[in-house]
Amino acid sequence: MVTKDLPVKKTKKGSPLLDYVMRLLPFFWLLLFFLVPFIIVYKISLSTIALSIPPYEPMLSLKEGIEGVKTFWDGLSWDNYIFLTEDPLYLSAYLSSLKIAFFSTVIALFVAYPIAYGMARSPREWQPTLLMLVILPFWTSFLIRVYAWIGILKSDGVLNQLLLWLGVIDSPLTILNTNTAVYIGIVYSYLPFMILPLYASLEKLDGSLLEAAEDLGCPPWKVFWRVTLPLSMPGVIAGCFLVFIPAVGEFVIPDILGGSETLMIGKTLWVEFFSNRDWPLASAVAVILLLILVIPITLFQRHQAKQEGHD
Amino acid sequence: MAKKPIGPVRRAFAPWDDPAQPAFIEFRNVTKRFGDFVAVDDLSLTIYEREFHALLGGSGCGKTTLMRMLAGFENPTSGQIFLEGQDLAGIPPYRRPVNMMFQSYALFPHMSVEKNIAFGLLQDKMPKADVDKRVKEMLQLVKLEPFAKRKPHQLSGGQKQRVALARSLAKRPKVLLLDEPLGALDKKLREETQLELMTLQEDLRMTFLIVTHDQEEAMTMADRISVMDHGRILQNDTPATIYEMPNSRFVAEFIGDINILEGQISKKEGDQIQLFSSVLGDHLDIVQSIDVNVGDKAALAIRPEKMRISFDKPEGPGINAIPGEVWDIAYMGDVSIYHIKIAEAVTVRSIVANTTRLVERPITWDDKIWLSWNRDAGVILTR
Repeated sequence: MVTKDLPVKKTKKGSPLLDYVMRLLPFFWLLLFFLVPFIIVYKISLSTIALSIPPYEPMLSLKEGIEGVKTFWDGLSWDNYIFLTEDPLYLSAYLSSLKIAFFSTVIALFVAYPIAYGMARSPREWQPTLLMLVILPFWTSFLIRVYAWIGILKSDGVLNQLLLWLGVIDSPLTILNTNTAVYIGIVYSYLPFMILPLYASLEKLDGSLLEAAEDLGCPPWKVFWRVTLPLSMPGVIAGCFLVFIPAVGEFVIPDILGGSETLMIGKTLWVEFFSNRDWPLASAVAVILLLILVIPITLFQRHQAKQEGHD
Repeated sequence: MAKKPIGPVRRAFAPWDDPAQPAFIEFRNVTKRFGDFVAVDDLSLTIYEREFHALLGGSGCGKTTLMRMLAGFENPTSGQIFLEGQDLAGIPPYRRPVNMMFQSYALFPHMSVEKNIAFGLLQDKMPKADVDKRVKEMLQLVKLEPFAKRKPHQLSGGQKQRVALARSLAKRPKVLLLDEPLGALDKKLREETQLELMTLQEDLRMTFLIVTHDQEEAMTMADRISVMDHGRILQNDTPATIYEMPNSRFVAEFIGDINILEGQISKKEGDQIQLFSSVLGDHLDIVQSIDVNVGDKAALAIRPEKMRISFDKPEGPGINAIPGEVWDIAYMGDVSIYHIKIAEAVTVRSIVANTTRLVERPITWDDKIWLSWNRDAGVILTR
């Protein structure tokens, strides 16, 4: 195979120190806002519950020197993680969260795709307004918007009254405090996070590609399958991550709209943390949740990168 | 349709001179409006089978719109378009037997070179083995066999251009539409590709319609050129006719370099015409069969290479000679362009081939010289 040397991109001239600092800056913020809190949470998850403030032990005391570190180290244990595997509540909460997040993501994708497509295809001068309308809900508190759904979904709420008036149903539907309400809440709340990346990838789609496909004998619906959809995959993947990840750990929506049947890990975590004041166990739940999300996503992205490298 | 055998000489191909030849593509009184803007204005054009036709004009002249209407991406506001006698109205782009090579190439970025080329064939439900065979042929044709598995972003501009060409040819369309196909290539590659396209068109015996703003490109490749401006065709002729006998100032000035002397027809006897130029205060002789009357305002257009310069006044019948002064000389290597002042604030250009070395050329700045040309070298323009 013939390969030509590509021109090597030259680094811009400038102070080498500044260049170095600029390159380290993202790592610094990641360290400060991600790694340090994670290490703290991880440490708490290895501790044991105690009647003190903060409610766990051991605490690292440097005053006692090497001896103090040794006592601290001996105080840490995997007990909380072992406990998580022993009580089936946690496993079913994790699975139920993943299930709810998965189906919410799929529904959000199907709702968002036509919206994003329509936005990207609408006249240029309308697009900033449409984009603004998608972002507009963020200007009101998330909590209030979720509360507003109670008024819509409850048995004498707006939706039921409308359906009764239309004669579609004879008696009010029970939607509030069910999983259905949780799905509605999650899809509603995270829809903009699905629309925006989809819009971004559809908007930059070169119109001449669609014309070329049509010119080569593809009817419009087939152009969508063969060209538009494959080329919007980066947006689909980004949107799915942006919805799925926060949805798995969602606490507010299942708490407000869900019922007793709704089992989600975010709610379990909240109960452990605030009701039971079991910070170590709550931390262990959080660490496992993080691993459940980070490991598959990292593997997926490495796979994607590898595939791109192959082509 | 009886196919006339085409010899190796391109000049032998002139179906437009044969009234019995049926039209292959016909635009009949086609108008296209975008809101208030008239992109194509009541235009009629006939293109023959196996013709290499160029639509030439500046941006916004309607050439691209005309091509897009043939491809089916735009519908005419009024008028009809025929292909082999069939009215194309209502036929969507994906059912028209024409393929287009896009200016941006429009290669599918998520498909390899071979998948791009196979795309159109798979839409026709061609058997897999035949698709593979055709793709291979196409790759051979554009000399890209080693690149079959590459993605478009791994190709150079010239290679992308060839993939786009192969993809648009793969379905063996009745007409290949080329939208500024060489615009993104550098000069050397462009010249090579021009020759390749011409050879290809002759080998494949296909009808090519090219849109370009580059007059040199149109002159080199096309059998006939339609010079367009403001949605109309000003002149539709062979490159030689367009160059030698432009029918309007726009065409004369758009194609190549030209000197224009304004004046008035002072005498007309058959094709022997005299034009009086007030700036020169002289009558100029022209031989041209053209419908003009004495007293009409007109202009004489002469290509710079047809104007000679000399120290002595050339004598003889059929020669126009006017005195002038060398104002400036632009040395271009192969030729020199002499700017000759023939009256106050009026200069004309004469191109002289540098047949000898620089030191031996006598005419230089401020020299008083004679500018001369044959009576049949120029053309009268009334528009």
